[in-house]
Amino acid sequence: MIQLEGVSKRYLTKKALDDVSLQIEPGHIIGLIGSNGSGKSTTLKLISGLLQPTKGTVLIDGETAGRRICRKVAYLSELDAYYSFFTVKQTVDFYAQTFSDFNREKAEEMLEFMKLDQSQKVKHLSKGNRGRLKIVVTLAREVPFILMDEPLSGLDPMVRSSIIKGLISFIDLEKQTVIITTHELQEIEPLLDTVILIKNGVILDQKSVEDIRCNENLSLVDWMVEKYEH
Amino acid sequence: MAQPFNPSVPIYLQLCERIKNKIVRGELGMGTRLPSVRDLAIDSGVNPNTVQRTYHELEESGIVEKKRGQGTFVTENSVVIRRMREDLKISHIKLFVTEMREMGYSETEMLDGLNDYLAQKEENE
Repeated sequence: MIQLEGVSKRYLTKKALDDVSLQIEPGHIIGLIGSNGSGKSTTLKLISGLLQPTKGTVLIDGETAGRRICRKVAYLSELDAYYSFFTVKQTVDFYAQTFSDFNREKAEEMLEFMKLDQSQKVKHLSKGNRGRLKIVVTLAREVPFILMDEPLSGLDPMVRSSIIKGLISFIDLEKQTVIITTHELQEIEPLLDTVILIKNGVILDQKSVEDIRCNENLSLVDWMVEKYEH
Repeated sequence: MAQPFNPSVPIYLQLCERIKNKIVRGELGMGTRLPSVRDLAIDSGVNPNTVQRTYHELEESGIVEKKRGQGTFVTENSVVIRRMREDLKISHIKLFVTEMREMGYSETEMLDGLNDYLAQKEENE
């Protein structure tokens, strides 16, 4: 379980998160949604131990999120963080060496599924294929928590759909929990169990997606707009 | 990607409807094995937990049966299937009648209209 208790994060004078408390149950796919600059990426970075809170605590299965939490958490950055002179195969090798939980077989299977050519250099890949490669190396790690910052942004519909299918195929929800930030709500909606809505560093609501449909008769987009305007 | 979902109805219910329709149409015969949770999730692009819930819902109403270690199967109980077929018919008729009534058609107009439509269709075929 992921727990944030009274977490605030300040960048110099700008407050990114303001007294956020959250509980995320395992075995779900969670969407962290909100406008640009609302604090989504900051939240993910705090959970993955890449940032330390200014105030409050972040606990992953009872352990404070610090440098060593990466044993439990895989984090996919919204930026391209790969050596461009590596080939696809070398990138996968590099990850396999870096993380002891890396499942080589699963990675191969996913490369096949995503139709990625292992001999190609990262710098020669299209943006879509770089996006796919990021997904492969993140999902090949057998960790209980997977965090994905904007895995779909700027990609064409075919790539987005292959990423979504890859997610469903290769995630084991009996052992894993996934948190995704995205603006592609319509596409991601069928995939989510729960959404967490964040605005200006404050959590507005946390709700089951089916409940939103069932009780409020709203699609995720409409719900978000309604909550944001109030 | 697969067929889109209606955004304001729970997905697990929509999946239930789709499976029921397939059974009524005979695409899924009695005793047929349903796809695994994961396969259906991938096919329809939804969360595996949602498919789980769909199967659970169908199991509760007796339409499918879970066999330990083998998967989920369409029931071989023809009474259940017949009842489901009947329910589906009634719900569609209900919808039709409600909408027609809202637009101000009388019952005779509906019946005549339906008969005419069917007769015309028969001629064309």
